Amino acid sequence: MKYLRSWLLPAIALLVAFAVGALMMKIQGANPFIAYKSLFTSAFGSSAGIAKTLGKATPLIISGLAVTICLRAGLFNIGVQGQLLAGALASAWAGYAIKGLPTIIHLPLALLFGVFFGALTGIIAGALKAFRGVHEVITTIMLNSIVLQLGEYLAYGPFKEPGQQLARTPEVLNSAKIPQIFGMPLGFFLGVALAVIAWWVFKTTTSGFRMETVGRNKSAAWYAGISVKRSILISMFVGGALAGLGGAIETLGVVGRYEPAFNGGIGFDGITIALLGRANPLAVIPGSILFGGMRGAGASMQFTAGVSPDIIDLILAIVLFLVTAPLIGKMIKSIRDTEQITTGGWGN
Amino acid sequence: MRSRWLMFAITFIAILYFYMRDSLVTTSVIGTAITFGLPLAMAAMVGIMCERTGIVNIGIEGTLLVSSFVGFFTASASGNLILGLISAVAMGAISGLLLSLLAVTWKMDQIIAGTIINILATGLTSFFYKQGHTIPSTFPEVDIPGLSSIPFFGPVLFMHGPLTYAGIILIFVLWVALYKTPWGLRSRAVGEHPSSADTAGVSVIKLRYLNVAIAGAFGGLAGAYLTLELVGSWDRGFSAGKGFTALALMIFGRWNPIGALGAAIFFGTAQAVTNQLMITQVVTIPQQFTNMLPYVLTILILAISAGKVRAPAAEGQPYEKEQA
Repeated sequence: MKYLRSWLLPAIALLVAFAVGALMMKIQGANPFIAYKSLFTSAFGSSAGIAKTLGKATPLIISGLAVTICLRAGLFNIGVQGQLLAGALASAWAGYAIKGLPTIIHLPLALLFGVFFGALTGIIAGALKAFRGVHEVITTIMLNSIVLQLGEYLAYGPFKEPGQQLARTPEVLNSAKIPQIFGMPLGFFLGVALAVIAWWVFKTTTSGFRMETVGRNKSAAWYAGISVKRSILISMFVGGALAGLGGAIETLGVVGRYEPAFNGGIGFDGITIALLGRANPLAVIPGSILFGGMRGAGASMQFTAGVSPDIIDLILAIVLFLVTAPLIGKMIKSIRDTEQITTGGWGN
Repeated sequence: MRSRWLMFAITFIAILYFYMRDSLVTTSVIGTAITFGLPLAMAAMVGIMCERTGIVNIGIEGTLLVSSFVGFFTASASGNLILGLISAVAMGAISGLLLSLLAVTWKMDQIIAGTIINILATGLTSFFYKQGHTIPSTFPEVDIPGLSSIPFFGPVLFMHGPLTYAGIILIFVLWVALYKTPWGLRSRAVGEHPSSADTAGVSVIKLRYLNVAIAGAFGGLAGAYLTLELVGSWDRGFSAGKGFTALALMIFGRWNPIGALGAAIFFGTAQAVTNQLMITQVVTIPQQFTNMLPYVLTILILAISAGKVRAPAAEGQPYEKEQA
């Protein structure tokens, strides 16, 4: 029964959000049925569509995990966007600037660059939280903007492709590109594997238990001899590293370079996905596939029904609202007592 | 707080020194500092009013975004700035009521509640955004007769638009209200120790609803100021992180309206000085680094002040009436 409940709430939330989205389209004078039909057929109706959906889902899984892991430890990491950009930027540089390496070394190295700089961005917020008590929500949001500006500076300046009008880095060398298997990006399987590992860590290991204890009750954790500071640092480090990996996979597998238009929205979708999955690492996978499909196929609604793809943003915001606010639980008694997600709060 | 006084002393001496050297430029820089700092100070008041009654409001950013959006497009459609102002303030109050509903009535995690407001605001505004709309004009500058001819203080303080005056006056009103009136005492009591306030006959829930709604309206005024007086246009992501910077200034100003105002003006001065240095090409820094400045300063301010200041004690906790 409990298992059913945990699926029912997000499902109802999605249905209601789609209904509200349909209403919005109706107000704008568009036909929501045509719009939704084209959305789902182009996302899931063909093998090419599915491959595209899974490709879009890949960075979402990883950024969703980055948020999930921090949530488990009581931290609300809304800086995934910045960590992702840092990873994208660093891996792009490593991908084009380091020359003469075989793929077997170059690709892992470029990925590692992304992981490292993502983790670095995360741990700045983690250290400020652990040692100065500065709330991570503010620092991570500020870091998002800082990294975005830094990326823009580098793409216009030192990292700029020679002889190119556009602000972008040179293309990543072939030796650093992520190969595809059967037209599917390899990164997707890595993302799924990471989700399973994260689930396993929280389910069975001591370090996972420690992090979760800090997340649930800091003073209890402290009395039990668990270092709260260490847990904060580790979770922000891991969260940042994952986000950086997501950025690196997107850069080396899809975009092929860094450009200021790099899709930072992935980080924000990661927040919604993590909350939709109620901070369960495995739930991130279906959530990401759904979101990936909607993001990848959003433009198709423009062609068929004249609906702006911005409707996706609105639908996802409503999903988030319904999943986190106990609104549905108030109406339908039987699913009321699903556990609420909490962050560490404002103080310490 | 010694470092705080030191900071103000350094700022004061610096202003005096530069005024002696070049009065015209200094006056314009400090005037700009107020235009930069005021919206942040107004947004910080939203945080102060909410947190003093025990509600963390991380959704100020969303309030600014959605209220400036509604204000701008109402003014654009009706051609009437006053109507735009009223709708922005109303929208701000609605966002405050939504936060109360989530945090007070439904007892949600307040950080997540605020984030929902931010994400909803982004989703709604980007979906309904239409390019190419304009407003007939911004609120015009009103020089206060007499006062505006005082050297230095005249141009800095008394040559602004009406919403600037309204904002500054309201900040002082809030300060008086918070520390000198029964409402203020009750509000602070609810933020520190709600069960005692309840025992003394204060309705915790009602007061929280009221204050968060008024705070939201204040955020609406800040949004209206940004779009209808300062910038005169609206774009996606218009609020650009100001709601988060405001939270930092609130903490730096120790949850005190005057303290936050001082912090905001200091913040505005840093930006105005950088702009001036860029214009006169004393230093050449890439544009992106000057864009970064407010964000870096926010983190620095928090790193310096956090830990030394104490937040209202009942902050972030939903109020549960004790069962008899």
